[in-house]
Amino acid sequence: MGDKRGGDMRGALISLAGTLILFFARFLTAVRGRWEGVAPAAEQQIYYANHASHGDFVLIWTVLPRRMRFATRPVAGSDYWLKSRMRRFIGCDVFNAVLIDRDRASRTRDPIVQMTEALDAGSSLIVFPEGTRNMTQAPLLPFKSGLFHLAKARPNVALVPTWIDNLNRVMPKGEFVPIPLICTVTFGAPLRLAEAETKQDFLARSEAALLALSPKSNMS
Amino acid sequence: MTMPHPDLVAVLAGLLVVLILASVVGYVLQRRLSPDGSHAVVENLNDRIRAWWVMVVLMGLALIGGKTGVTLLFAFCSFAALREFITLTDTRRADHWALAAAFFIVLPVQYYLIWIEWYGLYSIFIPVYAFLLMPIIAALRGDTDHFLMRIAEVQWALMICVFSTSHVPALLSLDIAGYQGRNVLLIAFLVIVVQISDVLQYVWGKLLGRTKIAPKLSPSKTVEGFVGGALSATAVGAGLSWMTPFTPLQAAFLSLVIVLLGFFGGLVMSAIKRDRGVKDWGHLIAGHGGFIDRLDSVVFSAPIFFHLVRYGWSAV
Repeated sequence: MGDKRGGDMRGALISLAGTLILFFARFLTAVRGRWEGVAPAAEQQIYYANHASHGDFVLIWTVLPRRMRFATRPVAGSDYWLKSRMRRFIGCDVFNAVLIDRDRASRTRDPIVQMTEALDAGSSLIVFPEGTRNMTQAPLLPFKSGLFHLAKARPNVALVPTWIDNLNRVMPKGEFVPIPLICTVTFGAPLRLAEAETKQDFLARSEAALLALSPKSNMS
Repeated sequence: MTMPHPDLVAVLAGLLVVLILASVVGYVLQRRLSPDGSHAVVENLNDRIRAWWVMVVLMGLALIGGKTGVTLLFAFCSFAALREFITLTDTRRADHWALAAAFFIVLPVQYYLIWIEWYGLYSIFIPVYAFLLMPIIAALRGDTDHFLMRIAEVQWALMICVFSTSHVPALLSLDIAGYQGRNVLLIAFLVIVVQISDVLQYVWGKLLGRTKIAPKLSPSKTVEGFVGGALSATAVGAGLSWMTPFTPLQAAFLSLVIVLLGFFGGLVMSAIKRDRGVKDWGHLIAGHGGFIDRLDSVVFSAPIFFHLVRYGWSAV
């Protein structure tokens, strides 16, 4: 993060880029955080969110209070974020992402170990348990098991369901001009892995908790 | 930048006094009735007063900034309003390019035309050119589902949020004999009459409101509030004739037109909100909902006020 390396040119550039990205996100989406199930307190948390766009973690980052923002690291696929110098700069330097290799065959490090290391160092995490961007009409793809393994590895850290609404309309896949639309990020009540809860039950429960935050599911 | 006109300074000083009074009243009410923040009406009133401060300060800065300030402020209002409006429409992937054009081409071009005062083109740019070209862009994408509804929504959004709103800064281009250099006061007049009418309708409604005027659309609006608010706002408008090129009687007539259009504009926008199942257009201003919630009455009255004044008083 820029402030740790503050003083030098690179640090200034990183924090400038961060500020620009925040400004741009607010300009396009006027994004607002709705803390429905949890207060915006500076506790260590794992925010798990629906994933429809590369800008998803930017929106979560934008609505977090400043102090929490710099202690929160997104978990993202290295195949996308290491592809060009620009992406590497934004992913690694500005957002300090935990980059994981999604390809089982080629990877040298276990993503769960990478995430627990980041948690043990005191960071909060933003994860997308669908594993990939949701391009379907369904509101949510079935969760991958990563969330369960993470919850099992660090059962004391609360998992906060985080629903990002409307960003998929701002920038559908394949378009490169974003449309300004109002977005919201809703934080639900934190959940933890119960004792003896099976993988299936836990994933179903966490999926339902996230889906319940979608404004569309609340429309009567 | 030149010094602001003494009349403008007087108007802004007057607004400052009103706001300070409102803040004092709000503070006393809060101490008396709602020390723990539980009295919803008082809390809402104080939210509104705080939002008023922000609006008056922004508006004041824009008016002092003259044409540049006013045009930029309303271009931004249009942008924020369009963003709120499109959020509530049923547009889909196939509308992506049409929407991008609405935000990044139509809106800036309209305000540029206002800026260069090209009356002949800014009056028809959206009703004619955008009206015909936008559906072409949408049609080229080939998705025909709900096509008419989708293009109609985008055109309506542009008419309300961009075309109508842009007639507020367009007031600066009018050339009224003996009124040169004071056109920003026409904007102040329009905005003050519209907003004071909203406030007075709210106050009269709270004091005397019995008979609901449109229970389905806007349950808080009452006949008593509407009549009391419209008449007293017209009287305020007549009293403000010193800052306009109008006689008190003319100012009263124009105020009445502004107030009626503002009221019915509010009803129309409420109908859209009901249709979409939302209470407010957005969440930008505490106590006021979104930009459109605050702009709706100005939007409906601005083009007609502009054309009446242009026809009756202006040389161009």
